[in-house]
Amino acid sequence: MKLTTLTAATLVAFSSYAAMAEPVITVTDARAFETPPTAMSGGGFMHIKNDGDTDDRLIGITADFPKVELHTTEFTDGIAKMMHADGVTVPAGGMVALEPGGYHVMFMGLRGDPLEVGETIPATLVFEQSGEIEVRFDVVARTMEHSH
Amino acid sequence: MKAVIIGSTTLVAAAALGFYTWSASQPPAPCGDTAVATSAIGGPFELLSETGALVTDRDVITKPTLVYFGYTFCPDVCPLDSARNAQAAYMLADEGYDIGTVFITVDPDRDTTEVVAEFTDNFHEDMVGLTGTAEQVDAASKAYRTYYRKQDGDDEYYLVDHSTQTYLMMPETGFATFFKREHTPEQIAQTAACFIDAQA
Ligand SMILES: [Cu+2]
Repeated sequence: MKLTTLTAATLVAFSSYAAMAEPVITVTDARAFETPPTAMSGGGFMHIKNDGDTDDRLIGITADFPKVELHTTEFTDGIAKMMHADGVTVPAGGMVALEPGGYHVMFMGLRGDPLEVGETIPATLVFEQSGEIEVRFDVVARTMEHSH
Repeated sequence: MKAVIIGSTTLVAAAALGFYTWSASQPPAPCGDTAVATSAIGGPFELLSETGALVTDRDVITKPTLVYFGYTFCPDVCPLDSARNAQAAYMLADEGYDIGTVFITVDPDRDTTEVVAEFTDNFHEDMVGLTGTAEQVDAASKAYRTYYRKQDGDDEYYLVDHSTQTYLMMPETGFATFFKREHTPEQIAQTAACFIDAQA
């Protein structure tokens, strides 16, 4: 890994500074919600920024779970259909947010090892142009205004 | 008679199109224009409670109740909607309204009583999680006119398409209205309070 960690969740592909016509990818706010003990899956979310002048595309993700996929949910007439997404394009000079209700990283096969607040999930994002970028998803609580 | 026929025809046509759309453009007045659907949604069901006991709709809906169908393998939409419903219930409680929240799984193969119990405890200590046999779940889903379909895929990580509306049910009169997933906790709390007041 020729990458340097800036903060727990922020990483930059330094190779991109050398040449101009390249995407410059920054990942922030990588997080996953805590899950109950018997949960079989968890969702990961993040913001992906591209400060370069070329589009890039997230095409894969790996992490230490039996199955990890990029998912999106389509809503048609109130019916939610979650599905595998081939990739997410991050346009030059733009930002893509993987947010609840839209794209998410799906960590599958938790098998009695739930996502717990405070833990981090190391993962590798694979971009078409920028290659592999390491990230860590911080496991956070589901925030609710009311916590009785 | 004519009005009744038009009403039911409209309902069928609207249901085919996805009748959820009309509620967005028609804000509740005063609580929501839901007369057309009152008799069509809800009804008897038999499911398994979080303790594994067989329960009916009469056991579960003993007070105004928000009913949602989903599955716990879904890490995004179902928790979001359930958390929202729970938040609406907490808001109503703060205003002195007692409202229940129910989560009915449409994935009984994976969602055991223990799994739905833990899932629902995540959101509200009183949220009821229900599962059952495939037949019981299907009957409950049909009673509420909800849609679900297990996607193809033979591994244990299959996904399930499902309706995302939340129903406000009353113990005596049954269906009151439904909410789309775009509705906020505030909107749900406000509308539910209106229906509860109307019955008081
Ligand atoms: Cu997913």
